[in-house]
Amino acid sequence: MLSKMPRSLLTGLSLTFALILWEIVGRHVDPIFGSHPLAIAEASVALIRSGAIFKALGESLQPFLVGYTAAVVLGVPLGLLLGRYRVFEALFGIYVTAGYAMPLVALVPLLTLWLGLGFAVKVAIIFLMAIFPVTINTWLGVRAVPKSLIDVGRALVAPDSVILRRIILPATLPYIVAGMKLAIGRAVVAMIIAEFFTSMAGLGAIIINSANNFDTATMFVPVFVLVMLAIGLTSLIGWIEKRVAPWQAEIAGRQES
Amino acid sequence: MGTVSLKNISRQFTINVDGKPHNVQALRDVSFDVNDGEMVALIGPSGCGKTTALRIVMGLQEPSAGQVTVDGVPIRGCGYDRGIVFQHAELLPWLTAFENVAFALEMKGIKGEEMRETAMRYLDLVGLKDSARRRPYQLSGGMQQRVGIARALAIDPKVLLMDEPFGALDAQTREQMQNELIDIQARTGKTVLFVTHDLDEAILLADRVVVMRKGEVAEIMQVNLPRPRHNDAALLRMPEYAELRYRLWSSLHQEAA
Ligand SMILES: Nc1ncnc2c1ncn2[C@@H]1O[C@H](COP(=O)(O)OP(=O)(O)O)[C@@H](O)[C@H]1O
Ligand SMILES: [Mg+2]
Repeated sequence: MLSKMPRSLLTGLSLTFALILWEIVGRHVDPIFGSHPLAIAEASVALIRSGAIFKALGESLQPFLVGYTAAVVLGVPLGLLLGRYRVFEALFGIYVTAGYAMPLVALVPLLTLWLGLGFAVKVAIIFLMAIFPVTINTWLGVRAVPKSLIDVGRALVAPDSVILRRIILPATLPYIVAGMKLAIGRAVVAMIIAEFFTSMAGLGAIIINSANNFDTATMFVPVFVLVMLAIGLTSLIGWIEKRVAPWQAEIAGRQES
Repeated sequence: MGTVSLKNISRQFTINVDGKPHNVQALRDVSFDVNDGEMVALIGPSGCGKTTALRIVMGLQEPSAGQVTVDGVPIRGCGYDRGIVFQHAELLPWLTAFENVAFALEMKGIKGEEMRETAMRYLDLVGLKDSARRRPYQLSGGMQQRVGIARALAIDPKVLLMDEPFGALDAQTREQMQNELIDIQARTGKTVLFVTHDLDEAILLADRVVVMRKGEVAEIMQVNLPRPRHNDAALLRMPEYAELRYRLWSSLHQEAA
């Protein structure tokens, strides 16, 4: 029966059920240690009325967009080179693998020494968190391109650069998009880390300030905004992919009903 | 002109089986010619080296020993004097039928109106003018293979190489495409070397049939049936046809010494 329902209805049902459960349980918890949906809704209204949430979102989004965009713009070509050229991979692949596993939080104090506490360091933290999933996914994607498609270019005497741009890049697009989606989540986390550890600003500042005032309901508001931001941007990327790469949904993946 | 000569071609592969390197002799001292305007079939059991031979003629693979010449000139890699039709079409899935053909032309340096006009002309030749804007996943297997043929012909190669081009098609579509290939070859006078595992296809299309066995040329048979041939009752009832078919069958069923 469930398999016949539309996706959005199923997701909506699941969310409603979770919220109701949370409301019931949350009401019995001390408001310092937890909160519940209605209290959070009230806190949201206050933050929206004062405009504080919009101002904070704007402050957060600026370094986010700069850092994330830079990560995609540099990460994709880097991944293409790693996947395509054996020597490049042998020389530099190890740093990308290491960088992905690196606990970036540990480096934040050092980054602030180099870059100060302002805009630049926030961009750097977001960039460093976001670039590795983009690069690694692109890299793996290139390795997965069927040799037979590359042979099409070789048989037409296409130069290497043309094979890279016109065959490997489009064939790798699904992997790149998956990497960009993973990077959204990491960039959101990076943005909050940046706001906690450098000059307090944006949504991170609201979280810290309300936590310090034991105002747990208010603290949850920016958390929700962040979650919605991440979900929204991820679906935006998915939507763009369907526009620029309509063939992908047709040739791969699960049967949608 | 378009005479292809394979001169003492050998090719080994080293493959790993259970972690141990094995040498596979895919081709051993293979020599034969395909004369200008001639259609030659390469036939033999699977694994006997047909695809390897074709890829070496195309320049997609290097021989371990020996040389391929086109009109007496040794080939150096791939070139526009040869065009290849792959076993599984290998269209670029993100391009439309038209764009797949146009891509080949663009690689050869043909641009603008001439490119558009030529691409449409060859799509028309294979009967796909009306499907020009469809992407590969919107085409049947037979239609995809036609686009592959149009793509190979569009660059106007002297030599057309085809690897079991109709092997994956149903019997009816196969017959239709065989007849079309006969017409196209008669009109363009191209030199054609094609791989097949189908006795009737070899006899129907070829002027000569090269029988391969375990990486070597076992026998070369002349097909002296009148042209133009078509896959129809008149041809199938000729005594010469039955005789030739029997000789070819015997050759294929002979154990290698
Ligand atoms: N790229 C390759 N690497 C290793 N072995 C190969 C490769 N290509 C072909 N072979 C081997 O060479 C032999 C001939 O293969 P192939 O030319 O594809 O035969 P056919 O097309 O007649 O079926 C087979 O044993 C096959 O396993
Ligand atoms: Mg083969």
